[in-house]
Amino acid sequence: MTSVKALKPETKTKNETQNAEATQLNKGVQNRMLGIFKAREAGLVAIILIICIAMSFASPYFLTWQNFRAMLLSFSIEGIVVVGMTILLIVGGIDLSVGSVVCLAMVIGGKLFLMGMDPWSASLIAILACGFIGFLMGQCVTRIGLHFFIVSLAFMVIARGLSLLITKGTPQSLFTLPPSFKFIGQGDIAGMPFVIILFFALVVFFDLLLRHSTIFRKVYYTGSNEKAALFSGIKTKRIKILCATLCGLLSGVAGVVYMARFGAATPQFGIGMELSVIAAAVIGGASLNGGSGTIFGAVLGAALLSLVTSSLILLDVPVYWQDIIRGLILLVAVSADHLLNRRKRSASAKS
Amino acid sequence: MQPILEVHDIHKSFGPVQALRGVQLSLMPGEVHALMGENGAGKSTLMNILSGVFPPDQGRIHFKGRDIILSDPAKAQAHGIGLVHQEIALCPDISVAENILMAATNARTSFLMNDRELRERAKKVLADLMPIPVDEKVGNLPIASQQIVEIAKALTLDCDVLIFDEPTAALTDSEAEALFRIIADLKARNIGIIYISHRMAEIFAISDRITVFRDGTFIDTLMTEDTSPDEVATKMVGREILHQFPAKNPDLKGGMSSVMSVRELSDDGFLKDISFDLREGEVLGLGGLIGAGRSELAHAICGLSRKTTGSVAMRGKPLNIESYAESIRNGLVYLSEDRKGSGVFLDLSIAANITALDLRHVSSKGFVLQREEEKRAEELGRLLSLRCAHVSQPVSALSGGNQQKVAIAKMLSVHPDIIIFDEPTRGVDVGAKSEIYTILRNLASKGVGVLVISSEMPELIGLCDRIIVLHEGRVAGEVEDENMTEEKIMKLASGLSRQNAVVKERELAS
Repeated sequence: MTSVKALKPETKTKNETQNAEATQLNKGVQNRMLGIFKAREAGLVAIILIICIAMSFASPYFLTWQNFRAMLLSFSIEGIVVVGMTILLIVGGIDLSVGSVVCLAMVIGGKLFLMGMDPWSASLIAILACGFIGFLMGQCVTRIGLHFFIVSLAFMVIARGLSLLITKGTPQSLFTLPPSFKFIGQGDIAGMPFVIILFFALVVFFDLLLRHSTIFRKVYYTGSNEKAALFSGIKTKRIKILCATLCGLLSGVAGVVYMARFGAATPQFGIGMELSVIAAAVIGGASLNGGSGTIFGAVLGAALLSLVTSSLILLDVPVYWQDIIRGLILLVAVSADHLLNRRKRSASAKS
Repeated sequence: MQPILEVHDIHKSFGPVQALRGVQLSLMPGEVHALMGENGAGKSTLMNILSGVFPPDQGRIHFKGRDIILSDPAKAQAHGIGLVHQEIALCPDISVAENILMAATNARTSFLMNDRELRERAKKVLADLMPIPVDEKVGNLPIASQQIVEIAKALTLDCDVLIFDEPTAALTDSEAEALFRIIADLKARNIGIIYISHRMAEIFAISDRITVFRDGTFIDTLMTEDTSPDEVATKMVGREILHQFPAKNPDLKGGMSSVMSVRELSDDGFLKDISFDLREGEVLGLGGLIGAGRSELAHAICGLSRKTTGSVAMRGKPLNIESYAESIRNGLVYLSEDRKGSGVFLDLSIAANITALDLRHVSSKGFVLQREEEKRAEELGRLLSLRCAHVSQPVSALSGGNQQKVAIAKMLSVHPDIIIFDEPTRGVDVGAKSEIYTILRNLASKGVGVLVISSEMPELIGLCDRIIVLHEGRVAGEVEDENMTEEKIMKLASGLSRQNAVVKERELAS
């Protein structure tokens, strides 16, 4: 998008003949840029539209506001975690602990509230605690030199243990939460659930940051080739810690929103969430090798998974099939992307 | 005139290994100072110290009149010392423009990117070098262009000292020429340049002084105009190298039988109608610019990539190879140009590497017999005069030249009839180079078909009996005897002249 805007004024300043040449050249570059940059997102939008059209014929309930609202709701909160995960994947990390950390935020917030703290302060502390867990993971990775996979696996178990410890293994009921707080998870603004608004606000915010801010450019550099980033003077360790912390904070936010939505804190919540979150980010174009991915793409990935799930439910597909189908979608999406990229690479290497 | 940079008595050790024992170097502004030495002599260690990658254990770095401490790469760049890396350190997923100006982006204080300015600046830098599209992702570029991006990146740093660590290793001669023009330009701007290379010819073409290191010690600093390549080589290895290239095979003329004949080989869209013969007892060279399809041809011949039409025959018997495994079974092996990437397993032992292609000979009932494996590795190692403490050492502990010998030993373990060597001496020092040449020549005289791909023209000319030159996926011609000159090869490689007639004749004759 930015390339299109930036190139236009430049062509005007040149004289006629050069102008024609330059526009042609720029168009080629533009097209290729759009092609590479947009291929994933455009493909996902197309697939989502196709499924929507097909479903609108297959089920009379599909094209209703209730259904869309339910679908949006179903991935909005988890979507907040997807945003954090995508950032961490871009820097070359991964976080298996998100499900446990979401649950921990919920449990800490709930416990502090039950102990008499006001829910806003309790939530803030819960979110910061989750950010701190991310920060600790970043420290383990950069100081000791461990891999994110292992560190977050350990913290996944630790955070789950903490949740069970705090609640002594039993769900906490939080029906006494004040309505002003419950509004975060249950309220509507002009018929639109607040959760969805919050989610899209975060998405737009982080998408813009990732595209245009210098600090997030360094995230891409670090993820793409840490050595190259280091030699450009980038403090890659700090960047990695930042991303891990951010992922923890966003997981904390999601946990607090879940708490407000359900009015309860269950220590078993969020088991397996990391897998669907990673799947969404990867379907949306993030690479496990780091260096690529966009928030917008990841959100489309999450939307696709949610759409497929609700379509399968509407079509009365047995519940056992749903996981199998979602797994296959992940496989197909990633393979298609990989194969396309390989062709592109070999073609340009030869020219 | 005062030197701009002086290093005194630098020591550095990594664990028990002493990489540098008190080396010195002084650099004048506007000077091209070549640093030479075999692999492991400590050149790269000193350059890493100068660019802030790690600190010296001992010693002083005196820069622009005062002592400085370089704690990290950013510090070194801030002082004005830039490094062009030997191994390409770029972000493959990021655009050319962003890669070139990465350090500038890092130094930016503003919160938002200015992509337009970034592209303009990148275009300006590349204008002097090579027309590379600045919006392309670096990972989509061929290696030579990536090397240019790496160089462009260093040029954007406002440096007083610029270090080039083997910048021409992946470049063809014409690209190297462009680089030398830039270096001359930098020199005129009074920038001090430290230049590391194994290519003697270019050192003598562009440097003012030459400093030689050996085994982590300073040997000598010489004025380039007062010395000779032989003197430098002698100082580097500490003994005299008599002949760099072994004698060619004198009785090759015509009559020898063909070991391998390739006929009208094409792949989907790039290689076109390639035909040639590899004759018994000869070392055949495959020349051409980078991107001419030399490696692609090798891949197509030995089943690493698919060929669409054409045939390959070995000693008259047609070969139908679908995979590289089949190729190995048929006695046709390929030594990759990318030694660290696909030539050897760096973390595995020398023995495990050497026997990797032929585990059956050293195992019984599915278990690898370690003693057999080591015995076999030692045999082959001796044959190639491999220098190592023990064959159980990891390959990563060896110098480039010895790593390459391990890779060659791996090929020999299956008793191949034909070996294709892709850049066999890349990143290998002078002493080991001449040993590898001897190995190739000996193989050829024992009747093994030897096909050598190389970007270094003096190497092809010195080593080969005959050279086939490719241009854009086609055979541009072949040279032999007195026609084997850089000029002739260059003309063919750049597509200026074609000798299709010669090739056609040969086809008719066979």
